[in-house]
Amino acid sequence: MMSQSPPTTPTFADVNRDVLRTLGPPGNLYFAWMCVVALVLAWGILAWTGQIWWGMGMAGKRVPQQWAMYITTFVFWIGIGHAGTLISAILYLFRARWRTSIYRAAEAMTIFAVLTAGLFPLIHAGRMWFAYFLLPYPNQRDLWPNFRSPLVWDVFAISTYLTISTVFFIVGLIPDIAAVRDASTGWRRRIYAMLALGWEGSDSQWRHYRRAYGLFAALATPLVLSVHSVVSWDFAMALVPGWHSTLFAPFFVDGAIFSGFAMVLVLVLPMRHFFKLHAYIQEKHLDAMGKLILVTGLVLTYFYLSEIFTTLYSGDEFDKASLFWKVTKSYAWALWLMYFCNCISPLILFWKKARTSPVVLYVVSILVLIGMWFERFNIIVPSLGHAFYPWAWGIYVPTLTDTSIVIGSFAWFFLLFLGFIKVLPSLSIVEVKETLPPPLKDRPHASHH
Amino acid sequence: MPATTETVLGVFAYVDTTVRALEELRAKGYHDLTVYTPVPVHEIEDVLERDRPVSRVRLFTLIGGLTGTVSGFLLTIWSALVWGLTTGGKPVVSIPPFVVIAFELTILFGGLATLIGMVVLGRLPRLTPSPTFDPRFTNDRFGVAVHCATGRGGSVREILRGAGAEEVRP
Repeated sequence: MMSQSPPTTPTFADVNRDVLRTLGPPGNLYFAWMCVVALVLAWGILAWTGQIWWGMGMAGKRVPQQWAMYITTFVFWIGIGHAGTLISAILYLFRARWRTSIYRAAEAMTIFAVLTAGLFPLIHAGRMWFAYFLLPYPNQRDLWPNFRSPLVWDVFAISTYLTISTVFFIVGLIPDIAAVRDASTGWRRRIYAMLALGWEGSDSQWRHYRRAYGLFAALATPLVLSVHSVVSWDFAMALVPGWHSTLFAPFFVDGAIFSGFAMVLVLVLPMRHFFKLHAYIQEKHLDAMGKLILVTGLVLTYFYLSEIFTTLYSGDEFDKASLFWKVTKSYAWALWLMYFCNCISPLILFWKKARTSPVVLYVVSILVLIGMWFERFNIIVPSLGHAFYPWAWGIYVPTLTDTSIVIGSFAWFFLLFLGFIKVLPSLSIVEVKETLPPPLKDRPHASHH
Repeated sequence: MPATTETVLGVFAYVDTTVRALEELRAKGYHDLTVYTPVPVHEIEDVLERDRPVSRVRLFTLIGGLTGTVSGFLLTIWSALVWGLTTGGKPVVSIPPFVVIAFELTILFGGLATLIGMVVLGRLPRLTPSPTFDPRFTNDRFGVAVHCATGRGGSVREILRGAGAEEVRP
């Protein structure tokens, strides 16, 4: 890389100062947001309590749509969780330097999204205190999970994903927490000292750390691609028209990355604005993320088209009927909303000015998130509502309970994220420094690189 | 190793002066060095890694990963045989679905073993800071701690100062 850095390139000490500044006492706006989010979450918890108390009838799901809002939102959140590990693992292996200033926030987002997603199978199952039935544990009846069921693969895939993402996140944080420790005093210092595991940045620590980090990235790369594939097989292994397709694994993975990047922007743009991180999250970072959204959006459009094509080309009457029903009948508005949000709205990002404009990016990201939620809705609800037998056709109508729980899940996610940005460095001190020119006493000759 | 050693610490503000000090020290036969850096620096690693083997973390990853693969297949095959329920006319031990479980456990165990490897090999957690550590080393300063025989401290200090250390202690 040529050293075309502007004169305002931050120094190592600037990075420490600017990142530590984000951990300072929050203002009123922060507390106002926290209150709003906490209230919405409380409402969601109340709704869930009602569902546990009065039973699953409180949620709108009934035959044939036993999978409705909850599984839609579950898949949505798992999808959101994909961008973080994509940025921290795949882009790390590809040495994409622009990832450094956003990867910490994206990784935190991943963990919080998976934690949110993990609630939904429990909410959906009703008696969530029996959730441990899913785990393989020795019991006196010699019963084991059915490992031929995609739902059990899901348990393994998602718990592995949560564990590995968390480990990856924590390992990345260790040197940064050490930096926070060395700049803080009192009880904070003691807590950060414990969390930093006594990190000192000695050569032997770095040596093993770097090797381990590369290996984590190598392990997480196939993992991130596998998780949403496994989630997609929850559907594709079933015979329901609209689900039973070999297209599903790549289709889900692409959609996950698409929506994940949109959520990264939704979180990072306000962070950049309020923490004044413009020196670190520059236009070129926004541009890169905009391009990724555009590319994954175009790939997604291609998948939508092939889905329609394979249905028409297969000649399968049930598949064709299901497609016709989705495109023209009860849930057609949701389908067309999805096409607009996911296929049309990202097209504006072909324009460089749009890719570097926070406002445009924000609007597109919100539309993409809406579109991707509806994508999962369109896969689940209309497909189940119009499968093989006419006497088993039906319409799903959301209730106050399940809507409140779904909205509450967003509050839960944002609550976790808001907490995170004030407690842990939301920008990687070490990795941002690594992309800066190292401090040199004697400037190298121009032909050095 | 002599019975008594002393340790001299040099604090540097620049990468190139640090590298110069390391080269000098190694040329003069001082190999017992601890280098503190706020970020991993290739130039410094290049000097230090010449006589060091590659980190053994990868061995942990390999063993952990293979344990995961084996235990994934053992768990699924064994538990399928314990209750030999035939569904859909498929074999009780059906390998393709079990690959998914084995794959996930490979990653899970491999990742956790890597974490253990990093913690064990990097001697973490450290309960008390090492005497040569300085809080500036997580900010923007580089430290070179030289462990040498008693009496050699003077020449080490000279090398560190000559290379451009902004501070040498003790």
